[in-house]
Amino acid sequence: MAKSQSASLDRKKLMADPIMVTTIVLLVVFLTIFILYPLAILLVDSFVSDDGLTLDTFKRVMALPNFRRAITNTLKVGFLVGIASSLIGLLFAYVEVYVKLRTKFMEGLFKVVSMLPVVSPPFVLSLSMIMLFGKAGIITRFLLHIYDNSVYGFWGIAIVQTLTFFPVCYMMLKGLLKNIDPSLEEAARDMGASRFKVFMTVTLPLILPGLGNAFLVTFIESIADFANPMIIGGSYDTLATTIYLQITGAYDKQGAAAMAVVLLAITLLMFVIQKYYLEAKSTATLSGKASRERMLITDKSVTVPLTILCSGLAIFVIIMYICVPFGAMFRTWGYDFHLTFKWFGQVFTKYKGFKAFKDSFILSLISAPITALLSMIISYLVVKRKFKAKGFIEAVSMLAMAVPGTVLGIGYIRGFSGGLFGSGFLQGLYGTGAILVIVFVVRSLPTGTRSGISALRQIDKSIEESAYDMGADSFKVFMTVTLPLIKDSFLSGFVTSFVRSITAISAIILLVTPSYLLITVQINEFAEKGAYGIACAFATILIIITYTAVLLMNIFMKYFGTSRKVNIED
Amino acid sequence: MAKEKKGVRLEHISKIYKDPKTGKDFYAVKDQNLEIEPGSFVTLLGPSGCGKTTTLRMIAGFESPDEGEIYLGGEPINALTPNKRDTAMVFQSYALLPHYNIFDNVAYGLKLRKMDSETIKKKVTDILSLVGLEGMENRMTNQLSGGQQQRVALARALVIEPGVLLFDEPLSNLDAKLRVSMRTEIRRIQQEAGITAVYVTHDQSEAMAISDKVIIMNKGIVEQVATPQEAYYYPNSKFVADFIGECNFLKAKVTGQDMVEIDGAAVKCATGNLESGAECDVVLRPEGATLSDTGVIKGIVDYSCFMGAYQDYRIKVGESFVKIQEYNPKNKKIYKVGDTVYLGFEDNTLYAL
Repeated sequence: MAKSQSASLDRKKLMADPIMVTTIVLLVVFLTIFILYPLAILLVDSFVSDDGLTLDTFKRVMALPNFRRAITNTLKVGFLVGIASSLIGLLFAYVEVYVKLRTKFMEGLFKVVSMLPVVSPPFVLSLSMIMLFGKAGIITRFLLHIYDNSVYGFWGIAIVQTLTFFPVCYMMLKGLLKNIDPSLEEAARDMGASRFKVFMTVTLPLILPGLGNAFLVTFIESIADFANPMIIGGSYDTLATTIYLQITGAYDKQGAAAMAVVLLAITLLMFVIQKYYLEAKSTATLSGKASRERMLITDKSVTVPLTILCSGLAIFVIIMYICVPFGAMFRTWGYDFHLTFKWFGQVFTKYKGFKAFKDSFILSLISAPITALLSMIISYLVVKRKFKAKGFIEAVSMLAMAVPGTVLGIGYIRGFSGGLFGSGFLQGLYGTGAILVIVFVVRSLPTGTRSGISALRQIDKSIEESAYDMGADSFKVFMTVTLPLIKDSFLSGFVTSFVRSITAISAIILLVTPSYLLITVQINEFAEKGAYGIACAFATILIIITYTAVLLMNIFMKYFGTSRKVNIED
Repeated sequence: MAKEKKGVRLEHISKIYKDPKTGKDFYAVKDQNLEIEPGSFVTLLGPSGCGKTTTLRMIAGFESPDEGEIYLGGEPINALTPNKRDTAMVFQSYALLPHYNIFDNVAYGLKLRKMDSETIKKKVTDILSLVGLEGMENRMTNQLSGGQQQRVALARALVIEPGVLLFDEPLSNLDAKLRVSMRTEIRRIQQEAGITAVYVTHDQSEAMAISDKVIIMNKGIVEQVATPQEAYYYPNSKFVADFIGECNFLKAKVTGQDMVEIDGAAVKCATGNLESGAECDVVLRPEGATLSDTGVIKGIVDYSCFMGAYQDYRIKVGESFVKIQEYNPKNKKIYKVGDTVYLGFEDNTLYAL
């Protein structure tokens, strides 16, 4: 049987659609140059020397004791953070889905916790950890009178990362738990199982793949994290910081490239397991919709301890965030608690705060619509169209999710500082704002694409087909049907990308030139110097910006969003 | 109303799909040859997976055939994209654009054809009154019932005056009563508009009620192309006989021209081209037999149930069972389970395969 005729006809039909063809070609070129090429260059850098293929560079970096230590450090932190975050996430998810929360206050706490990872700059918790538990920490020094407590190192990183990442697990697991049909558990109860037994024999096995999924996602986040180990790691180096120091301190570009390949190999492996094995499995077991409302647990012996545990944790995290604006308002943290605005003043007078905010704001604002549109186009192509390069586009844009910022940063340095393949072509890009915008876009693309894909999957395929059938070409269909229907997803992609960009640091810190001042880079610098007042002032304003952006988005969606008016699902 | 009625011709059309489970290629549609006359109403009928929707989607252009050529109004259209084809489809899920109101939904195709707003307004108003939705222009799609949404989908397809109107199981989301009234409605509108229509359904009564011709498909192959009456009375295969209406197959032997022997009894039956002495299956519709106390073919009542319009029987004849429906049971003798009965056949009701 030959399928050649339909293939050639499909190709002809595609070619009859020049806008679509151009879009696909441009996308493939963009993804190749700005995602695949920098990673490929890293491989070339670390495997190829003057006399052909060699493992010398790897042998050299593996011989460095601090690199070997960094690998074990990173893995240790990753495992602990992965396990702790998924367990705390599970606790929160379980309490929200299964336990009757009596008060508005508790519901509010849960809502805040779920919002935090969206609006929070990555290093905020490290800052407050130092300010609460460090040498001059309010809790350690003033409440407990411990004067030499060190938060730097393994435990510091692990705690801060766990608190940063558990809300992500909470949101993931909440979705899964909600999909469990309550009658499964009721059937087990009915046959005489205790609540604990039901949890262990029904609920837990059902969400086990999902739990593994949450673990791996956090694990990847943890080992890719640059900002927290940088600020609170002290001498405890992880892979991301070691790579950074290798290139900024030792100027060893080839060595850094080889290290980046090692880090990339670990994250990619985890990503492949997560994406192609666990994700499929976790949704496969729980595809059904809950048949009806779940009877919430009201038994006091269960609700009280769980509520206390969750609210304690939530309040602790919230305090850590609140700590930051206060840090910016105390005259000297830990010694002089008079309120002052001098740090905010200094941000703008002494440290070019205005330029930093302007640069960060403008670059993020430029990249946000590009990311949002690009991810909607990619999702449309992936979900709704059939063409050859589709697998490539989907795989590469998802691959970007597994690439740690530091790795991407090194790749860009190696790939673009001398132009493409050292030819000088596109060299003009290096050191400009444009390359920063591109990095922002590439870093936010996977999240945007993922949300776009899931939004589009909800839309009946025949809605677009009907428009196509009525005589609209692909461009018209996308503009008049697809985009209006996923307006919400577009908007949230826009804001998420804006927030991610303005709070990004790992890749950007390697590529930013003195002509651009970025807030996150400033915060990092001042925090490293120990100037917590200034760092907190910067961070406070940053949180205000991101929070406002998210707030505006929610308001906008409430009044202009599609989901209110329209029943998209058939 | 249509500017030009167009016929559709399929020449040796095949479509190959890959089975997602086994990874093997198979024919979803195989070597299909069809001639659909301009202005006629033709139904593709068959069980799910028979290739009827694939055929329709190939005519619309959403799928490309692997072999053969499709002609629309005499022109080959294989390489045309759906938006360039003179077809309009009514989708199973209606596929109305949820962010537009009714007017904009119906006007969508006209706007793409760059008509001026006066013309658009007139055409939309006319077509909405044809489908019985006058004054609903400003409603949003989710404010309509299923039946109304279906009418909008129909209006939207009709208003661009396509050469061929395609229907993909348009009534399967409606409840049973509405389905019956809508199919009459669709037939009326098609007649009024004088448009060629290709209709896909798995519901044989829907196909009978609506079509000039039915095309019965099975496993990618066209079993029979016939008027509803022909398909019912003269099915050319056991599959068609079984799929169109209910049916019994009685083992028989041809004994002469239009004579067969069933269970040892000689019975009159159309034998077509079957030769004397051949083994055959006699097609017996449940309403084609009568029960009485005397006769030639003897059976025992195995099941008897009052259904209102008819008495439903299952009769054991020899080793096999025969379904019989006796209409208007009030005036007839009702047999109980265990009774001995004799089967009789009205003239021209039996057909040998």
